[in-house]
Amino acid sequence: MKSDNMSNLIKNGAIWGFIVLELIFFQIAGEFWSLSERAFMDLDNMLLLLKQSAPIGIIAVGMTVIMINGNIDLSVGAIYALCAIVMLDSMSWPFMESLGDWAIPLAWLFALLTGAVLGLINGIIVWKTGVDAFIVTLGSMLGYRGLVFMYNGENPTYHLNWTMVDIAEWDIFGVETPALVFLVVALIVWFVMTRTVHGRNAYAVGNNREAAVNAAIRVGPHMLINFVLIGFLAALSAVTFYSGSGSVNPNDGMLFELWAITAVVLGGTKLIGGAGSIVGTFGGVIAIQLLRKGLGHIGADTATVNLVIGLILIAVLFLDRQLNVKGKEELKV
Amino acid sequence: MTEKTPVLRLEGIVKTFPGVRALDGVSLTLLPGEVHALMGENGAGKSTLMKVLGGIYQPDEGQIIVDEQPVVMSGPLEAKAKGIVFIHQELSLATELSVAENIYLGELPRKRFGLVDWAQLEANTNKILKKLNVGFNAKTRVGSLSIANQQMVEIARALTVDAKAVIFDEPTASLTDAEKVVLFEVIADLQSQGVGIAYISHRMEEIFKITDRISVLRDGQYQGTVNTAETDEEGVTQMMIGRKLDLSRNESHHELGEVAIEVRGLSCGNLYEDVSFEVRRGEVVGFYGLVGAGRTEIAETLFGLRNPSAGTILMDGEEVTIQSPADAIARGISLVPEDRKGQGLVLGMNCRDNMTLPQVGDLTAGPFVSDGAEVAIFDQYRDKLDIRTPGWRQTVGNLSGGNQQKIVIGKWLSMHPNVLIVDEPTRGIDVGSKSEIHNLIRELAAQGYAVIVVSSEMPEVLHVSDRIVAMYMGRIIRTFTSEEVTEDNLIQAISGIGGGKAA
Repeated sequence: MKSDNMSNLIKNGAIWGFIVLELIFFQIAGEFWSLSERAFMDLDNMLLLLKQSAPIGIIAVGMTVIMINGNIDLSVGAIYALCAIVMLDSMSWPFMESLGDWAIPLAWLFALLTGAVLGLINGIIVWKTGVDAFIVTLGSMLGYRGLVFMYNGENPTYHLNWTMVDIAEWDIFGVETPALVFLVVALIVWFVMTRTVHGRNAYAVGNNREAAVNAAIRVGPHMLINFVLIGFLAALSAVTFYSGSGSVNPNDGMLFELWAITAVVLGGTKLIGGAGSIVGTFGGVIAIQLLRKGLGHIGADTATVNLVIGLILIAVLFLDRQLNVKGKEELKV
Repeated sequence: MTEKTPVLRLEGIVKTFPGVRALDGVSLTLLPGEVHALMGENGAGKSTLMKVLGGIYQPDEGQIIVDEQPVVMSGPLEAKAKGIVFIHQELSLATELSVAENIYLGELPRKRFGLVDWAQLEANTNKILKKLNVGFNAKTRVGSLSIANQQMVEIARALTVDAKAVIFDEPTASLTDAEKVVLFEVIADLQSQGVGIAYISHRMEEIFKITDRISVLRDGQYQGTVNTAETDEEGVTQMMIGRKLDLSRNESHHELGEVAIEVRGLSCGNLYEDVSFEVRRGEVVGFYGLVGAGRTEIAETLFGLRNPSAGTILMDGEEVTIQSPADAIARGISLVPEDRKGQGLVLGMNCRDNMTLPQVGDLTAGPFVSDGAEVAIFDQYRDKLDIRTPGWRQTVGNLSGGNQQKIVIGKWLSMHPNVLIVDEPTRGIDVGSKSEIHNLIRELAAQGYAVIVVSSEMPEVLHVSDRIVAMYMGRIIRTFTSEEVTEDNLIQAISGIGGGKAA
């Protein structure tokens, strides 16, 4: 039992150890290679990092729940873009314009509703057809992205409202709105996953679906709720980001699903479901953002950043596998 | 019998699947405070009946009556709400969750806002665990428990609700004798509270120890109900299979050949230590011991699934290292694994493909797999082993346990092994097919195979073995010949009492 706790500690702590390692590395490497005068581990820099990790972070929180369930959602990037368009475009509808600044909360509401409904559609299809979530959301990813392009062709959709920008850049103690939303969302979902019946059932469903069915957990509706949740969170992510930027390209949010999944997996959630944590995902999101920022800090270009992140992901999963092997006498598979 | 109201009554249940009449007018009455055994060969319709009762299947005809009220079961939720609890044979647990969460899965105690009431959950669970007298607590992660303890968690579920009827489906399949005693106490306790208990098992000694009445199914048909006190094993067996069962000790010995495999001082961590034995061609050596005695682990080591930490393996007098199953197969060692469905078969594949799986790489015509050669192999072993299947296209998952086991054995025989290791060859197999498998094992030895049988069932090892190796806590306590072995000295050896000299 003791060694069990020990290896759990290593596994859960690994991502934080990795983050510390990154910090030290970039701090030192920055001294030699960085073009900027500022140190890497600087409070403003770290706050900026938190803000920049928010869009993917908020989605990754939802993805954690979906993946603990044993599902996956590939359509989040498309939902993100579509909700952004709904939000920005709705601001220029005649009746909305007549509302003045009161149009802002309404536009947010439209976007969040859109996200929830798109998630609901995914959830209903997964529940009622029994088709694997991977396939269903692969389809809806293409479908939703199609809707994005139908809306405004290849052209960007934009609407700049300074009140909205102010809200998006509002801060307490330097923590700006997007970072704040990310933290609050992570906190709430963490609470749901560890303390509520719905959260605990999510683990049971992913871990042993048959057991969950036998225990009279209604698996279909349960999954439906989680798909609505991730749709809503993808919309929330779009709301926090585009309130500040005011302009959305039809290609925005592409590959977001993969970044979110990467962060979730780095954070220790199993691809087959049943295990994982929001805290781990939070660590995973931060680790990726640190890596991007840090490599940028020492002058690497985006292509190099992606290559390194890819290699590290594989290395981490390999390490995880090694940690799970209990010894030489273990049964070989 | 008539003065009590039955807690549960099934009347004329009919359930058909395409091509099969799985249940044909089955009726069953479960009285409060009785333990009612449900017996039948695999494929007799027991599990189908349970699924109908649990609302997973809807019956085509007939009625389910709970407390004299006809009901329609729409699913496990409704069955539970009506006080009918199932203890599943195949563990139905979420291994990443705690014991408490598993026991109360689907009905975690709640506070406001859907929050889990952890204090209540833990208190309730510990109360139940105390009754079960187990060595773990509410917070233990289920995945870290042994299979036997996991089974106890499954059993603990029956104690969470005010059950009217509890259905145990082979609850003792992986329990040790000490744990069985606890289980039987739990059953007696439930019984005294007036709960009706349906008990499905293949183990006769348990049935006769704890049940009041026995109902028998054969081929989906109800064969009748008898009072346990008024019948005996032979009578029940006859009802189940329509013929008698042979429980004698193995008397015949075949011509023994050379030593096929010898093991000297083999150890594997703390799983087993200093194990030495030899098996000759034409000989069946039985490994008997409690769950966790290290028998399966030895088999797995010989098959290259585990690396030994010390000791040597000799085949035909030559020292060999077996690093992987591929090595083992190349040297003529075959393992029929304990978990037939999980480790021995690809359930979704057809009979032929399962049988030729290890050698399909060699059965080629040009770049393609040769259908003809595969079918030829399948036909040969189907006839040899008397595998009853409509044809090679049949999906293995649809066969009965006995026939599935024969497919696995056929698969390895077709590789022409020298040493055949069979781990729990008749687990979950009905009585009729059991003796067929036993005869098959004897026959194989007669043909010159060296056979190792790992088993937890005493009648089985007694029946098939020329010699019996008794193991206790990872050590060989004693090796018996079939002449000197008795039930008593064998039990003593595997419990670590006396036994004395190691052979």
